[in-house]
Amino acid sequence: MIIGLDVGGTHTDVVLLDPSGPVERTKVPTDETDLFRSILSGLDRILDGRDPGGIERIVLSTTLTTNAIVRDRVEPAGVLVCAGPGMDPELFRAGPHYHRVSGAMDHRGREIQPLDQDQIRTLAVRLGEQGIRHVAVVGKFSSRNPAHETRIAELIAPYVERVFMGHRTSGNLNFPRRIATAFLDASVYPIHRAFFEAVGAALREKGLTAPVHVMKADGGTMSLEASIESPGQTLLSGPAASIMGALPAACTDEDVVVLDIGGTTTDIAVLVGGVPLLQPLGIEIGPFKTLIRSLETRSIGIGGDSHVRVREGRLEIGPDRGGPPRALGGPEVTPTDAFVALGELESGDPALARAGIAEIGAALGLDERSAAQSIVEIACERILAAVDRMLARIDGQPVYTVHEMLEGYRVRPARILVLGGPAERFAPHLAAQARLPVSLVPDWGVANAIGAAMARTTCEVGLVADTERGLVSLSNGDAQWRCDRRYTREDALRQAGEALRALALASGADAEDMDMEVTEDLQFNIVNGFSTTGRNIRIGLQIKPGLIRGYRPSTSTPRSDPC
Amino acid sequence: MLKASHKTGLVFFPAFDWAIGPTHPEREERLLYTRDQVFEEGILDVEGIREYRPELASVEDVQRVHFCVPDVDSAMTESHYISAGGAMTIGRAVLDGEIERGFALVRPPGHHAMRMVHGGRGFCNVNNEAIMIEALRRRYGIRRVAIVDTDCHHGDGTQDIYWHDPDTLFISIHQDGRTLYPGSGFPEEQGGPNALGTTINIPLPPNTSDAGYLEIVRDTVLPILEEFEPELIVNSAGQDNHFSDPLTNMNFTARGYAELTTLLKPHIAVLEGGYSIEGALPYVNMGIILAMAGLDYGQVIEPDLCPESIAQSPEVGDYVRRLGELTRRNWRERHDRMAALRANGQRLQRRSRRIHYDTSGISERQEETVRLCERCGGALRIESTADQGWPVLAVHIPPHACEDCRRTGRDWFEEGKRGRFGRVFLQDRPEDRFEIA
Repeated sequence: MIIGLDVGGTHTDVVLLDPSGPVERTKVPTDETDLFRSILSGLDRILDGRDPGGIERIVLSTTLTTNAIVRDRVEPAGVLVCAGPGMDPELFRAGPHYHRVSGAMDHRGREIQPLDQDQIRTLAVRLGEQGIRHVAVVGKFSSRNPAHETRIAELIAPYVERVFMGHRTSGNLNFPRRIATAFLDASVYPIHRAFFEAVGAALREKGLTAPVHVMKADGGTMSLEASIESPGQTLLSGPAASIMGALPAACTDEDVVVLDIGGTTTDIAVLVGGVPLLQPLGIEIGPFKTLIRSLETRSIGIGGDSHVRVREGRLEIGPDRGGPPRALGGPEVTPTDAFVALGELESGDPALARAGIAEIGAALGLDERSAAQSIVEIACERILAAVDRMLARIDGQPVYTVHEMLEGYRVRPARILVLGGPAERFAPHLAAQARLPVSLVPDWGVANAIGAAMARTTCEVGLVADTERGLVSLSNGDAQWRCDRRYTREDALRQAGEALRALALASGADAEDMDMEVTEDLQFNIVNGFSTTGRNIRIGLQIKPGLIRGYRPSTSTPRSDPC
Repeated sequence: MLKASHKTGLVFFPAFDWAIGPTHPEREERLLYTRDQVFEEGILDVEGIREYRPELASVEDVQRVHFCVPDVDSAMTESHYISAGGAMTIGRAVLDGEIERGFALVRPPGHHAMRMVHGGRGFCNVNNEAIMIEALRRRYGIRRVAIVDTDCHHGDGTQDIYWHDPDTLFISIHQDGRTLYPGSGFPEEQGGPNALGTTINIPLPPNTSDAGYLEIVRDTVLPILEEFEPELIVNSAGQDNHFSDPLTNMNFTARGYAELTTLLKPHIAVLEGGYSIEGALPYVNMGIILAMAGLDYGQVIEPDLCPESIAQSPEVGDYVRRLGELTRRNWRERHDRMAALRANGQRLQRRSRRIHYDTSGISERQEETVRLCERCGGALRIESTADQGWPVLAVHIPPHACEDCRRTGRDWFEEGKRGRFGRVFLQDRPEDRFEIA
């Protein structure tokens, strides 16, 4: 059996799955100041009276690192960058302990300026004296050649506790994002490590010996051990868990829009043929733009508890939340109150809800029922408008080859899947307005925890071969090896595949369940003086986000139409 | 948060699956390292910099500028439609006010493509800038446009297209035609009789460095631009003046290009040539983008830059200064020259030319006739015979043609249909119509 646990802002949702589907579902309130206790009490509830030995896998999705970054409650981390020609690296400063050091690589990974070892040692000593224990080391074009990063890491290792290297974060090009990503890894590392080591110990104490996985923003998981190596990958994993929870209800032969309607926001995602779309580069959190792989999601500030008010004769919904709905004694009117007033939802005190809606109605010159209907209609309208904007944006993304330009895939959704706390109430109203059929995801209230439970381990590698220089470099690993002029694209694909497999196994993947996909496959002749002197081969491989095998998502009556 | 002081748009279309030939300079890999540099710098994350997906130019867009023989589709590959479309995308975004400036990093290039197109010249089949400008004129009603061509090769195609257009100021700064393809672009080439002076050629001597180039721009190009008062400034941004370019002999640097862009303040830049794909293009393009956006480019320094070895000699400096004086004098005296040209009461002016399509290996004979006109660019007819094919007649009626020129153009077209031509084309710009007979 599998446990899936998703810590949300208000609730922690937990499910227990056996191969036939969810057998237990529970919600406990989240205590933002003590996530550890939230997790343990959720686990206690779901395990109540069960044999922990029967649990084969535990997947946790938490807001730990996200909250730490958003609230700026992290230990200061050091950053060493080497840049070379281009923009001033000072523009990408991350934190007060940010230093540029000598050394530069060019776009083909050739050294154009050597490192200055004395300068690096001096800085390392200084960082040590300042009590900086965790340091990010990032070079421009380090995903083309990590040699400078690995050498700097060696040099400073004696002076600090832990070094995070930029090329390990991603094979993608983007120096400022690489800096931010490695910096975030170094920043959340102590808090993440302490927390998950404590969780691991507590689970063992309960007799839970199953592998523990942690949810990532890309809709995949990684083992607890692997997460200590790249803790930044756990940032913003919340929306990903929910979207993965919609996958079982999606057909694999059509495109689908997923709406995760929460208290404050609605997250929108797109599944193409049953696979969620990934963001081209990575998540943005606070001031940081990163290379942390993530599902493509858009968030709009409308949810069940959004603050509803009338301003200059117009109805406004969100983006803020003023607390619980009026029906539950909250300060502001919310869409939830509208559902209560319409008699579509039983929650709290209907008189309080109706009084609130009547206030809104008075300001609009509408009776109570019409006001409630307006609130729901406008909320749905705005959510659907955000869906359209997101689809337009996805289709407008630039392409770089004639083939892509002419054959470019356009997302054409056939259905909208809805999940999340207030989903059941919103669904019929969305259906009334949308041009597409709207279905409710089975177990919509805990689909997020189901998504976490069933998410497969994901990872990616990037390989660059330069046969003129006779060098192959692998990102997301430190490997570099020689190749000869006969090295081909097929060799590159094979070696990248082996590397991805090794990395996936180390991250806790099931050897029998790896859905590999080529994300980049380019090969160019390198020409010098009008003759071909080598090839530049670029391969990107990933394990796609998806669901693990052997478990069925749900035994409850499907409320979505069959495919 | 890093923010561009000028909202800047980019179209980046490296056409990774298109080449003239596997080892041809115009090949798949050409913008690969530029893409690497642009992506690695994270420039697309800067607030105020936006990347656009290029649109496809239409056959009508091409026909607004060119006479393609036998037809547009034979002149174009998909990549040409996208390349021209990419320039159009930037142009629209500027005129729609979404961005202040934009740069279309597209290939294949276009500035050697003339009005008649029998094949490829200097790696160019159709003229991206002209297709964009004429689409913008049609859509937004703008009239006065300046094109500053900073490719190292003379922009003979753009010159040809705007030779008779008094509303388009075309300035080409290039390496002297006595030392480089296409062998034209001398100061005495100043435009046709209806547009004398609005074509300006500034052939710089080999080994001109940043100093000489920027001096010409500051002291000569900018004052002329200011006087012309264009509604739109377009830069044909070739990057082959770079000291590392394999096909040319100039000593320009990436920071020089950035400085040039800061001075010119083009609304739209369109990539042209530049074949030092590793040593120059990544840095030059970065420099241009940063300069357009108003960001610091002080650290865009080529790894193999050795300032001493490319310092400009005093002789080159003197030559450049005299060239600037000559150019400014020609500009000042343009009205007098035009008046003198018309003094003999001639109604039509003819010229015959041989045009070589080096990329396609085609040779063409042209007999060009323009109606002398004080009120517009003048009706234009081109009789053209390529060494492989029938003679064709192409008639162009310019966008703001007067009644007489419109009638003349239509008469030529009708006569042509009865003549010995294999094909007769009419580019009726006031009606935005293209006819083939």
